[in-house]
Amino acid sequence: MITPTHYMLLSAALFMIGVIGVMVRRNIIIIFMSIELILNAVNINLVAFSAQLHHQIGQVFAIFVIAVAAAEAAVGLGIILSFYRNKETVNIDEMNLMRW
Amino acid sequence: MIDRFVIPLVKIAIVLNATLVAVTYMVLLERKVIAWAQSRLGPMRVGPYGILQPVADAVKLMIKEDITPVRADKWVFTAAPIISMVPALIVYAVIPFGPTVTMFGHPVPLYITDINVGLLYVVSVASVGVYGIILAGWASNSKYPLLASLRASAQLISYEVAVTLTLVSVIMMAGTLSMVGIVNAQYNQHIWYVFAQPVAFVLVLIGGLAETNRAPFDLPEAEQELTGGFHTEYSGMRFALFFLAEYANMIVVSSVVTTLFLGGWLPPFPNTAVFHVLYYIPSWMWFFLKSFAFLYLFIWIRATLPRYRYDQLMRLGWKVLIPLAIVNLVITGLVKVVLL
Amino acid sequence: MGQAIAFYTLAAFILGFAIMVVSTRNTVHSVLFLVLNFLFVAALYVLLGADFLAVIQVLVYAGGIVVLYLFVVMLVNLKRAPEAHEDPHRRTTLGFGLGVAVLLELGVIGAYTSTQVPAPVAANAAMPMAGNTEQVGWLLYTSYLIPFEIASMLLLVAMIGAIVLAKREL
Repeated sequence: MITPTHYMLLSAALFMIGVIGVMVRRNIIIIFMSIELILNAVNINLVAFSAQLHHQIGQVFAIFVIAVAAAEAAVGLGIILSFYRNKETVNIDEMNLMRW
Repeated sequence: MIDRFVIPLVKIAIVLNATLVAVTYMVLLERKVIAWAQSRLGPMRVGPYGILQPVADAVKLMIKEDITPVRADKWVFTAAPIISMVPALIVYAVIPFGPTVTMFGHPVPLYITDINVGLLYVVSVASVGVYGIILAGWASNSKYPLLASLRASAQLISYEVAVTLTLVSVIMMAGTLSMVGIVNAQYNQHIWYVFAQPVAFVLVLIGGLAETNRAPFDLPEAEQELTGGFHTEYSGMRFALFFLAEYANMIVVSSVVTTLFLGGWLPPFPNTAVFHVLYYIPSWMWFFLKSFAFLYLFIWIRATLPRYRYDQLMRLGWKVLIPLAIVNLVITGLVKVVLL
Repeated sequence: MGQAIAFYTLAAFILGFAIMVVSTRNTVHSVLFLVLNFLFVAALYVLLGADFLAVIQVLVYAGGIVVLYLFVVMLVNLKRAPEAHEDPHRRTTLGFGLGVAVLLELGVIGAYTSTQVPAPVAANAAMPMAGNTEQVGWLLYTSYLIPFEIASMLLLVAMIGAIVLAKREL
């Protein structure tokens, strides 16, 4: 019997992998992909509860999450491209222009 | 047991095999039709009138040497042809070839499955097919394939927007995403959607030509500029997979257009008493006739029209097709609200 | 039983591909594992009865967003790997430490709650539709119309922003 707990554990594990990716990797594209993993972990939770409660609200929220993820990917990759054009790097440690 | 496992598996086997045979014979048909268009004979040596030419081609491709370039990314290079072939085949899971018929005492639907999100499934699976092209170009580690694959994927993504937007107006007409539901809606509304949505039909036709990289939109494999397109570095069976995928995609486009606009398995003037005599032709015959007409149209266009330039192609996609699709969508919505 | 097998298989693939995404050196391979991960998440949605969302996941994520990533990875033609650069201020161990902490927490949650089955709550909204797509669409265009419009505005703004950012000269 698969309960929402199973889905929550899966989602938490996926979330954790995403967080480790964000913390450990330095390639900003990989960091962006880790953020996508985190958003997916959230979606799994929403959909699992939507199935448990027999109500589609969870899926509606998941659709909003996907829309936000699309917007984030478009703007974020635009920033990466213009940054790469100026500095020839995608290393997040070298992106310290605004640091004081 | 029989209804749940045996019949679907048999249907899947039949559809897969029929598709692969159809694809190989599509190649022969194309060579023959283009030859006739140019007052030639086409392949005549293998078998009577060259009927066994696909067999000879298959044997040739299978025994050819399979070359992987030294600097290529081995895994991705191997996976790319498979990635481009699989989406073309799994689309057939939702295409209805006919209604439910009774065979040997079992009710057998002439489609593999009818899912609630059928049309969206077709669109999404088609959108995954772009990976095969991008990865083939990237993994070859060679400049012409990379250029061609960037062209092909940009073209695919641009025209996908237009086609998907156009399909929304068909979905509005039918009020369902299920492929069987769309055919039934045409039955209930007594009209093929080609007459109700002529603009959408033309847009989907142009978009379909562009998405399958067919002439006049075959820029990704423009021989004069790019040697052979994104599969320049491929040989033997892997090249054959790309080749088959292109023709399988053509068959997919013609089947989908038939289902959405030409009433799928329905005869002309569906559900009208006067033309009831047309129902004596079996439903699947109508489907195959209409799909075949489309495939012929594809070949005919290739034999007739010259190739577009790349900037013209992009201008057509973004500045003509997408605005037209949006206008068509708005008008469909308005008409539907006013009339119903 | 069948559901359990399907769940564990899908979960194994999802987590495995996620680990490959964050651990692979080659960025293009990483993007490919991300696609596979999204496809298996879509399969999980099918298992949960969310057909529409599953197809949207494939269409938007696998067919749209990740293609964008792939394009950017190919455009950003790296001469030296970003990982070669060492920064002493980088807190890599903190990342793994956090990971271990979450793992422990997960273990505790799993140990305490996996035996209890929460009762399914039938919060049944009176929806005049049958079928997953129709119900999701109904909710989107009635109760959640304003968030839906805001999301579309967000997408429009993001589209313009991306064009402005990525274009060399306007």
